[in-house]
Amino acid sequence: MASSGSYNSPCAACKLLRRKCMPGCIFAPYFPPEEPQKFVNVHKIFGASNVTKLLNELLPHQREDAMNSLAYEAEARIRDPVYGCVGAITFLQRQVQRLQKELDTANADLIRFACNDIPPALPQAPGTSSFQPLTPRNRLPEFNGRNIGNEGGEFYQVPGALPYSFPWNDASSGDINDGGGEGEVALGMGACGAALPFLSLSMLEE
Amino acid sequence: MNPGRCAACRYLRRKCPPDCIFSPYFPPNVPQRFVSVHRIYGASNVAKLLQQLPSHLRAEAAESLCMEVQYRIEDPVYGCVGLISSLQQQIHDAEKQLAKTQAEIAFLKSHAQHSQVALLDDAANLGFSNHQGSSGFM
Repeated sequence: MASSGSYNSPCAACKLLRRKCMPGCIFAPYFPPEEPQKFVNVHKIFGASNVTKLLNELLPHQREDAMNSLAYEAEARIRDPVYGCVGAITFLQRQVQRLQKELDTANADLIRFACNDIPPALPQAPGTSSFQPLTPRNRLPEFNGRNIGNEGGEFYQVPGALPYSFPWNDASSGDINDGGGEGEVALGMGACGAALPFLSLSMLEE
Repeated sequence: MNPGRCAACRYLRRKCPPDCIFSPYFPPNVPQRFVSVHRIYGASNVAKLLQQLPSHLRAEAAESLCMEVQYRIEDPVYGCVGLISSLQQQIHDAEKQLAKTQAEIAFLKSHAQHSQVALLDDAANLGFSNHQGSSGFM
């Protein structure tokens, strides 16, 4: 976290807003002077006063993640003014569906091969296979992401507790970094304090 | 009071001009939609965003803004980025599972091929020994 206070360089927010960066500046911990673009983006999309209101509604330990996610959304919206982050969500949901189909096909093939592998001499109850079908855990959970333009759609309910720490808190989260698709991990413009390990916003540039 | 004002102009307590940037996307019968968007983005930021776009893209943009706002209201810390992260994790897990399943299929395939080869060998040997045996009866 960058230190607040006017003895050091003013934070990126106060620099942009051309005001004195006082000790205890609400923006200073999340918008260090070394990352000016982060606040530029956030201010452009959300506005400094809205960001202040959002920050004041959160507990102190939540604010860093919130600012990083706002910075991410702001950058996504700047890159894709029509769809913003929703474009990324749609893209990822399609990938999930595609993988689900591939997994279903692969599971069906596996059952077929496994059944063919059983010697015909083994007694089998009629209508059953000695091969245990793959557990439902192999299926991806259904998402009811709201479709763009569908006024009456359901919103996705984020599960209560995510099973992993966010990369903004733990830059050394090796499991999350493992196998991250194309390998593009950085947000490029340093929108987040620590890079999001998976999504590169270049995916939005299509 | 003008009953034809859009939700935005009603909320902002102003006259709704004929070319109001908000009115096509924030109809008066869904006031909460604009209230939420204004709360997160601010009316002037939304107006700027929409004005920068060609008119045929504004409806989609307004819709996506409303969606992001809903995610942010439901999850003030992560907003829709929480969903993105969750989807990425799902994709990662699914790819891992798919690779594992495909490896199992490859194993079973090669096992089946070896079994077939072994069966053919056995059948060939059996035929050969029968031929030898039959010649003994002759």
